[in-house]
Formats: sequence, structure tokens, C-alpha cells
Amino acid sequence: MIEIDRITKVYDDTTVVDEVSMTVETGTITVIVGTSGSGKTTLLRMINRLVEPSSGEVRINGEVTRDIPTHLLRRRIGYAIQGHGLFPHHTVARNIAAVPRLLGWPKDKIARRVDELLTLFGMEPAAFRDRYPAELSGGQQQRVGVARALASRPDLLLMDEPFGALDPIIRGRAQEDLRAIQQKLGSTIVLVTHDMEEAIRLGDRVGVMDGGRLVQHGPPEEIVARPANAFVAEMVGDAERPMRLLSLIPVRGLVEPGAAGGDPVPEGASLRDALSACLWTGRDAVPVERGGAVVGRITLDAIRGRVEHRA
Amino acid sequence: MPVWGVAGPVTTAIALAAMVAGVALGLQAARPWWRLGGSLLGLAGLVLLLSRGAGALLVDAGDLARVSPAAGFWCLLLVFMMLMADALSALRPGPRLRLGLLALFLVGLAALLASGALSELSIMQEYRGRVAGFRTAAARHVALALGSLAAAAAIGFPLGILCHRRARLRSLAIPVLSFLQTIPSLAMFGIMIPVLAWVAATVPGAQEIGIAGIGFAPAFLALLLYSLLPVVANTVAGLDAAPPAAVEAARGMGMTDRQRLWSIELPLALPVILAGLRIVLVQNVGLAVIAGLIGGGGFGTFVFQGLNQTATDLILLGALPTVVLALVSAILMDILVDFARRTPKRESA
Ligand SMILES: Nc1ncnc2c1ncn2[C@@H]1O[C@H](COP(=O)(O)OP(=O)(O)OP(=O)(O)O)[C@@H](O)[C@H]1O
Ligand SMILES: [Mg+2]
Repeated sequence: MIEIDRITKVYDDTTVVDEVSMTVETGTITVIVGTSGSGKTTLLRMINRLVEPSSGEVRINGEVTRDIPTHLLRRRIGYAIQGHGLFPHHTVARNIAAVPRLLGWPKDKIARRVDELLTLFGMEPAAFRDRYPAELSGGQQQRVGVARALASRPDLLLMDEPFGALDPIIRGRAQEDLRAIQQKLGSTIVLVTHDMEEAIRLGDRVGVMDGGRLVQHGPPEEIVARPANAFVAEMVGDAERPMRLLSLIPVRGLVEPGAAGGDPVPEGASLRDALSACLWTGRDAVPVERGGAVVGRITLDAIRGRVEHRA
Repeated sequence: MPVWGVAGPVTTAIALAAMVAGVALGLQAARPWWRLGGSLLGLAGLVLLLSRGAGALLVDAGDLARVSPAAGFWCLLLVFMMLMADALSALRPGPRLRLGLLALFLVGLAALLASGALSELSIMQEYRGRVAGFRTAAARHVALALGSLAAAAAIGFPLGILCHRRARLRSLAIPVLSFLQTIPSLAMFGIMIPVLAWVAATVPGAQEIGIAGIGFAPAFLALLLYSLLPVVANTVAGLDAAPPAAVEAARGMGMTDRQRLWSIELPLALPVILAGLRIVLVQNVGLAVIAGLIGGGGFGTFVFQGLNQTATDLILLGALPTVVLALVSAILMDILVDFARRTPKRESA
């Protein structure tokens, strides 16, 4: 568990991060979202003390970070920097191995870990291990950057706009991969982005920052359904709100008995998928399946009712 | 006397044909291999004419007679050398091939000198009169150039690293070193004489380790002072040029300052640092000539003796080896820089 306790950063006379407090539960993803210059990177870098807080403190599992020597603290925390920050003169393998080498892992263990991570990120180890960063595409570079941050299985992973340079399709895939990897490894992640869509899709918790202050912090449904102020509402976007809300709710909870025509949707799909299936096929209801067997149906009325009642 | 009268009609015809063919091949700007071949052919013709001509001219002359090549020879030599340089730069050989070519060139030069083909030239006769002196001068010249380079590196690297990390020190050190660089070399060597004479006279033990107003010490110190700016400035520039995101990532993953310096910043800065050393080495090989003026030894001794006696061949005996030494150092350092730049740079974008 990471506890951020009234942490503040003041440069000269400007307060860049203003008394931010939040708790990050172990094994969850917290996404910090905000406009450019709102202090997201500064907040993130105060967690691994690349920036020293002006006041306030951070505790990792109860341990105050101020009391840990910076280099030892940072070896425990994975950090994927904004813009991958790979070492241009080291191969992909050596880049990924950077922290394990600092920790003095044995050679064969490092080699196995490198191959495991490359495979996990869909990069054939034999083909990519010995390449230099300049010989990778932008998306591959970013994946190697994330793999490097994960290499030593850190307690905590900090990611600063890790998917910034990717096109929408690769970006979506990378987000799914990250979700899957995080669930598999049970890592705790704090991720920074300025894209609300990404925040809602990835976050177990979403924190919205504006002018150095944390203006709202909660599950994505809550951010979408009940924005704390006009700024959050604007970030969520009025027109997108219903769809964003629907994309967060699985079909599972609204299944009712009965039959319907057309192709079934899986019960794990979102209401947004069910709605578009209804609209596209021109029906008022579509069947729902679980493990290949139809278990009921979902109706347009139920979806509409869910939106009207919010959370 | 016309040239065929000197070297004999057959030799002259062969040599002239070689040179004409060499120029003709050399004019093929689009075919660097032809140009390279042409320049070699031309050089061969030139050397042939030189060695045969010199011998023939001296057949009936007295012991004190001297032959040396005149302006025509130097012009042709320049033309063929330029053709060769241009061909090589167009061929862009890799560092290994360049190393091989350099070795080949040096072996060829040594073989030519050892064969005695040029022994009738007056510069070679000057050499034969001073073999021992030439050897000491060569050793001293190399010691001055390389020694001051090593000392400059030993002082300049740490200073450059400190300047990189502390802006205050940088704003102090760089202007001082730049000022040193602007002192004309003759003046610099001149200043060293009273300064070191005073040190030798006042600091106990200074004389025992060879410090004196004239000789090796002042020359060495002057060269060292000239070397500091390129070493320090290039170290700072190289370290500055390391990608900030990579440096930041190194900090973020928990490298200590020292680990970051050794495994990230210095390797990335190495090509620029070596480029600085290249400047220093070539500059010092040239400047070390002036050491001859203050008794520092080196090839400069011959140059200044020659200047005093208006003996052109003696000047050349000092100047030509200096030029060869400077060229060889420049090429060797370039090769080293290339090796340091191993990491692939993607061709264009
Ligand atoms: N070292 C510094 N000195 C002074 N001001 C700084 C420093 N670092 C950041 N700032 C200021 O703090 C504010 C927040 O910067 P920060 O990098 O945290 O923003 P961000 O939310 O990450 O923005 P972006 O989305 O553009 O990356 C900015 O106004 C920036 O100019
Ligand atoms: Mg940022």
C-alpha cells in the first residue's frame, strides 16, 4: 500500500503540487489524469524522490520513503519515464537487465527474465534481444521501456505517459496488455496520462489533477457519473459521458431471462458493446452467453435505465 | 638540362606515361577506385623519376653536390595526394580497412626509404649525417606530443566531469582555458622560460626532476596548457550531449552518481571526448616543433637549425616527418573514434 500524505512541491513562488493525499492499494492501477502542466509528472517523481517534496511524506507499506537512501528506494520502484529513456548504446537485453544487474542477480537468472519479458510483450527474444534501441519502432521502444521498468518485479511501478507515442490501435492493444500483465503479476501501478479515455479504461482508481491539486479521486464510474466540479466534467466530456459510463459496466449484472434474436454477446462485455449490438442489428434486445451457452438476454430498456440511475 | 637527359629516355618515357595515365584515371570523379589507382600509378611514376634522376645527376658531380626536388615535383606530389585523399573519402572505407591501408602506406614508405632508391636526394644525405640525432629527435617529439596529451587527459577528464556537474566551476574554468588557447605559441613558449627558471631556482627538488627554464619541461608545460581547453570542452560537450531521458532513467532506476557516469554518460560521450583528443594530438605534433626553439628537442631542432643556416633540406628533414606524424595520428584517432561509435545509427530517418 502506498500512502501519499499531503505532499507539496513549491518551485520558487509557484506551488506545482498542492497538498495531494491519496492511498494506492496493493495490486491496483491508479491513473492520474490532468491537463499539461497540472503537476502529474512532479507528483509521480516525488514518489521515487527524483523530486524532493517541499512538505508532506510518502509511505510504502508503512515505511517512510524519506528514510530510505534514494538509490535503494529507486531500485525497488520501477519507473517508465515519459519518452522511453532507453540507453542508446546498450542492446535491448542489456536495457531490460539494467535494474537486475544493479541488484546483482546471477547472469542466467537475468537472461531468463529478459526473454520472459520480451515474450510477454510480444517481441520474439531471438529477434530482438541483441538489437539497439535505434533499430526498434517507436512502439517497440516504449514496450522495452516498460519491460525494463518491470524487470526486477518491483513492489511498485510508476509510468509516465507510457503510451504517449503510440497510434490508437497499438495504444489500445498496449493498454490491454498492461492490464493483463498487471493482473497476472499483481503489480501496483501508478500511471500518468492526459487522456481520460485511457484513465477510465485502465484505472481501478482515477485521480484528476488541476493546477497542482487533486480535485477528485475515486473509481472511474464515480468520476464519470458524478464529476466533482466543472473541470472534471469537462475532462470527461459531456457528449462522451453516457458511452464512457456504459463502457465501464459489464453486461453480467443486467441479464434477464428470456430469448432474443441475433448473435449473442458475452456476459463479460460492456453495456457499450451490448448497446451497439442492439443499434446495429435494429433489435430491442440481444442474447447473452456464458461459456458458449445462452444464459438470457439484455434489453435496450435495461441499458437506458442503468444510465438514468447512474451508479 | 631536359628531363630525358637526366633520367634516360626509357625511364622518362615510362614515368611520364605512368603519370599521364595516373592523371587520366584520376579525373574519373565518379569512379573512386579508378581515381585511387590513378593516384598510386602517378606517385609511382613520380618516385621512379625522382630516384633515377637524382642518381644520374650525381654521377660525375663532386662529393659536396646536392640534389633536391624542385617546385614541379612538389606540385605533382600535391596533385596525386589530393586525388588519393578524395578517392578515399569517396570510398568511405570502414575503420578496419582504413587501419590496413594506413599500415600498407607506412610499410610502403619504409620500404621506399630503406631500398636506397632515394638515397641520392640531399634530404636523405642530411639524414645519413645525423642518424643518431634524428632518432633522439623523433623519440623526443613523440614523447612531447603524447606525454602532454596524456597529462592533459589526466587533468582534463576529471576537470571536465566536474565542470559538467557544477555550472559555477564551468563558468570559471572554460574562459580561463580559452584565454590560454589564445596566447600565440611563440609567446607561450617564451613565457615558460622565465617562469620555469624561477621555479627551478626557488622550489627545492625541482631541478633534480629535470625542471629548468629551457629544455623539455617548459615545452611540455606549454603543450599541456594548450591541450587543456579541447580536452575539457569536449568532455563537457560530450557529457552534455547524453540524451536527458536516458540520464533521467538511469537516476530513476537507482544508479548511483558514479554508476551513471561510468555506464551511461561516459560511454555516450566517448566519441566526442576522443574527437577532442584527436584535436589535441594533431595540434601538439605540430606545436612541438616550436619546442626546438627553447631547447626542448624534437623535429623542431632541425627546422630551426635549417632556418638559421638557410639550409632548406635540413628544414625539410624536420618538417616532413612532422607532417607524416601528424597525418598518421589524425588517421589513427579517426579510426578510434569510429570504433567508439559502434552503436548503430539508423540511416536517415
Ligand atoms: N524543475 C522545475 N523548476 C520549476 N518549475 C518546474 C520544474 N519542473 C516542473 N515545473 C513546473 O511545474 C509544473 C508541472 O509540471 P509537470 O511536469 O509536473 O507537469 P505535467 O502535468 O507532467 O505536464 P505534461 O502533461 O505536459 O507532462 C509546470 O508548470 C512546470 O513548468
Ligand atoms: Mg509530464
